[in-house]
Amino acid sequence: MSSSLLLSKKNSDVTENGTYKHTTSPIVTGTSVLALKYKDGVMMASDCLASYGSLARFRNVRRLQPIGTHTILGASGEISDFQFIQNQFEGLMLKEHVEDGQKLETSSIYRYLSNVMYGRRSKVDPLWNKYIVAGVEPSKNNNIFLGFVDLYGTTYQSSVMATGFGAHIALPIMRKYAEPRADSLTEEEASKILDDCMRVLYYRDARSFNKIQKAKVTAQGVEISEPYSLSTNWDFAESIIGYGS
Amino acid sequence: MFRNQYDNDASTWSPQGRIFQIEYAIEAVKQGSAVVGLKSNTHAVLVARSPNELASYQKKIVKIDKHMGVAIAGLTSDARVLGNYLRSEAMRFRMVYDLQIPVGRAMEALGSKAQTNTQVYGGRPYGVGLLVIGKDSKGPHLFEFSPSGMTSEYFAFSIGSRSQTARTYLERNYAQFENMDLKTLIKEGLTALKDTLPQDKQLDAENTSIAFVGVDQDLTIVDGPEVAAYLETIDSTEMELE
Repeated sequence: MSSSLLLSKKNSDVTENGTYKHTTSPIVTGTSVLALKYKDGVMMASDCLASYGSLARFRNVRRLQPIGTHTILGASGEISDFQFIQNQFEGLMLKEHVEDGQKLETSSIYRYLSNVMYGRRSKVDPLWNKYIVAGVEPSKNNNIFLGFVDLYGTTYQSSVMATGFGAHIALPIMRKYAEPRADSLTEEEASKILDDCMRVLYYRDARSFNKIQKAKVTAQGVEISEPYSLSTNWDFAESIIGYGS
Repeated sequence: MFRNQYDNDASTWSPQGRIFQIEYAIEAVKQGSAVVGLKSNTHAVLVARSPNELASYQKKIVKIDKHMGVAIAGLTSDARVLGNYLRSEAMRFRMVYDLQIPVGRAMEALGSKAQTNTQVYGGRPYGVGLLVIGKDSKGPHLFEFSPSGMTSEYFAFSIGSRSQTARTYLERNYAQFENMDLKTLIKEGLTALKDTLPQDKQLDAENTSIAFVGVDQDLTIVDGPEVAAYLETIDSTEMELE
């Protein structure tokens, strides 16, 4: 097929020489998502920023999305790809709900998402995200679930989890304070660890933002907080010399 | 010259509003030996008797997945095709959702497949009826599949030759099935199945198959010598199964 014929089909993915160009880098991005298991369930945190390169372009974006009654999906990476996934799940959950009331639980949602992600990477047209899927499964004796899936379809499960810069900065903190006590951690303790991690990330991660949301899933269901800010202390900045100052 | 002008293919209506090829296919189900299915709040049961005494008995109950099984009445080869289809649907669902397929979903897929045969030119309906048991998040289920593509859910049902007598028994007693334990439920199934037998035939360990699935129990198919213990429960109701 000639390139002009392909171009005449108005497929914007087709380049001049008839080849396709898929996503090779994300454009509007969200930074880290953090999550950890605690005594009664699982808790997740992320900020509300969607960056356009290094520009803090959209400052009121919600990156924690409830799916069904007992699952939350946290997204980092390309925001438009996350919106695509949100649409997919809206359709899927509505269909599941309307047809026969067979509810999809967290592990099924996780498997479905990882199939979508691996399917897209196999078309060499990946969805440029790292996702954290967290939830509680009522039919499995309230099993607490926490899973990760990325743009290659790589999956793993763990009791503490972080995407992006958080995997470098926050994960060691969560490994020290949350992971060894995942079974006994109270909600207040879990909440404090996440706040502390988000604060450190705000100090260190230039793509982060001090407007964050926290979400939890327990046997009672999903709860997602409204955006709030953390207290910070910049006194140390006085003593920093260099970097143009 | 033609006895019936309107039965040449499955997609032609008669002026009376009937589709003869589908009705003929349903007749094929009635020629297969009877199978009985019933369920309680916690379990679903299938019982069947194989009519073929030559060589080994033809299987009447097949496993689809850990949580689902079907009993066959009609053309065995068509049943094989449908069984393979159900198995692949069950595996696909496991692959996509990491979950055992909900029974109603499987029946919907099966019904759609069979209905297509009755609407597309050159096709023929499947000449087999199925009783399907399984469990999902909503508990145990019993479904009937008919060659027309219809799938219906029941508390208790029977299909196949002389199945009307079994249905009569089930209609009289199904209200009590709800809270029965598995043992009693199987006994009720065998009693209903016994009513469908020709005069000179009886249920024995060689020709009877039993399958059951429970909310906390995978599908189990019992045939061969182990059936004898269950048959004893209908021979004398006083005798307790150990």
